[in-house]
Order: sequence, then C-alpha cells, then structure tokens
Amino acid sequence: MDIIELLSRPWPWWVSGPLLGLMVPILLLPGNKEFGISSTFRHVCAMMPTKIAYLEYDWKRQGGWQLSLALGVVAGGWLAASVFGGGRMPGLTVEARQLFQSWGLVLDQAGYQPDFLARWPAAFSLRGLVSLVVGGFLVGFGTRWANGCTSGHAIMGLSLLNLGSLVATLGFFAGGTLDSWFLVPLVLGL
Amino acid sequence: MKSIRELLKYFVIGTAFGLVLIKAEVASWFRIQEMFHFQSFHMFGIIGSAIAVGAASVLLLKKIHAKALTGEVIDPKPKEFQKIGNLAGGFVFGLGWALTGACPGPMYALLGAGYHPMALALAGALAGAWVYAVVRPKLPH
Repeated sequence: MDIIELLSRPWPWWVSGPLLGLMVPILLLPGNKEFGISSTFRHVCAMMPTKIAYLEYDWKRQGGWQLSLALGVVAGGWLAASVFGGGRMPGLTVEARQLFQSWGLVLDQAGYQPDFLARWPAAFSLRGLVSLVVGGFLVGFGTRWANGCTSGHAIMGLSLLNLGSLVATLGFFAGGTLDSWFLVPLVLGL
Repeated sequence: MKSIRELLKYFVIGTAFGLVLIKAEVASWFRIQEMFHFQSFHMFGIIGSAIAVGAASVLLLKKIHAKALTGEVIDPKPKEFQKIGNLAGGFVFGLGWALTGACPGPMYALLGAGYHPMALALAGALAGAWVYAVVRPKLPH
C-alpha cells in the first residue's frame, strides 16, 4: 500500500479531529505553550513602531514561537496541496450542494474553494473583496476582542473547561450562523 | 543557537497543523457554510473529537504532574473570563468566519496551499487587530 496514496484520500472527521486535538499536548510538552494562532495578528502589529498600549510589548519574546508556528502552518498548507492531494472539492451533503446551487455557484469546476476566493481576477470582484477584506477584518477585530479564536478558545479553552471560552465559542456560532443564512447570500449576489 | 532550534521546533509543529487543516477540509469555505446550515456532521465531529482529545490530554498531563522539556510543570492557565468581550468579540469573529470561510489557522494554511487571495483576508485581519488595539480603551470587555 502506497502511504502517500492512502494519505492523499480525504481524511474522515474521526482522523482529522483527534489529530487537531493532539495539538494541545504537542504544544504543552516542549515548553508549556497554550495552543492558539490568532495572537500572531497582534504580534505582527506589535512589530510596527507605535505608542498604542496594547501593542507595546516584546513581540519576539512573547510571540516568537507563535509566529514560527504560523509560518509552519503556511508550509503545511503547501505540503497538503502539493504532496497529499489536498484542495479537492469536499464530499458535501446533497443538501449543501443544493444550497450552493441555489446561491448560483457552479460546483462542477469548483475545487476546495469557490472561484471568487481562490483565483486572482475573480477575487477582485466585489463579492470577492467583501468576503476577503471585510471578512478578514471582522475575524481580526473579533478575535482580539474575544481574546482567542477557534484554536485558542474552541479547542484549547474548552479542553480546559474554561467558561469564557464556552461563551466565546457560542458567540462564534451565533455570528457565523446568522451571517451564513442572511449576509453570505447577499454578498454572493453582488 | 538555542533559540533558532526552538523556533524550528514550532515551525515543524505548525507544518503538521497546516497539513491537517487542509486535509480535514476545515479550511474549505464550502464546509464552513455547510456547518452553519447544520447540513453535515463533518465539522461538528472534528471540533467535538478535537476537544475530547485535548481535554483528555490535559487531564492526563495534570494527573501525572508531567513536566515540559524545559523542566517546568505543565499547568495551562485558562484565559480570563470577559463577559462582553468573549461574547461580542466572538460574535464579530463569527461574522468574519462565515464571510471568508476561514478562521485564522486556515487563512495561513490556504495561503500556503496556493489560494493566494487569502493574503487579502490576512491583511484585513491585521487591520482588524490594529483597529482593535486603537479602540480597545473605549470598548467594554
């Protein structure tokens, strides 16, 4: 059995979920680090010369490991796409396919992402720019206000049974659900 | 030199994280919309089993008083509870998550996987973090 071929197939949730959970001990064991990635947005801002209190700290000392982790994630994405066959269209449910078709998306040629998020000329469309730039802004602002993202709150925080992380995770899903039902279809119509 | 080795260690861990994010399909916009429409178990299975494995690991490491390679006792500190910050910030994050179809980890992973427009989302996220830093003293938490 060719191992690369085996790993290039889609990974079922019961393989990828536990692997993501293992990030918690894998980061605790070498240096007692808590799993999280969105603080890197703050660290990058802190590299700029500024007098803003929230950004005045030693980003190399506090955030060096996390910035290195984030660069690794970029490399891991490359590895997944170039060696392990990542980037094919997910095996969506029939209901989901119908929903996306009702939104006017052409699924036959779609890969991992719809066109307006995946390629350059298409990304410069209004719906591409709103999804990417406005969406990205809300992610960056929201994760700093909530003090964590899906990694730091939903996985690390809930692994510690932390109340604030539960509240934040409920917030993630409240905002996301509302958005996906009402705002996303509007943006797709742009 | 020690610090270069330190950084390399976290780079390798990050590489594994990025590989899983793409192969798990949690970085796919399609999967995110499917999740928010409660049409598939896939994402909930992933998040649920990740928390189960994470929580079991923490319990075990604490029970055996495990030490990190640096010698310190492993004792992760929960983040401080912030009633408004956690909920309102979480809500705003959720709006962005559905709109881009990517949370922070997947943004980095997608960039590496060749989805270069994600650079715009990352630029947006940096701008969002900057604006938060500016308005932070005036925001409730």
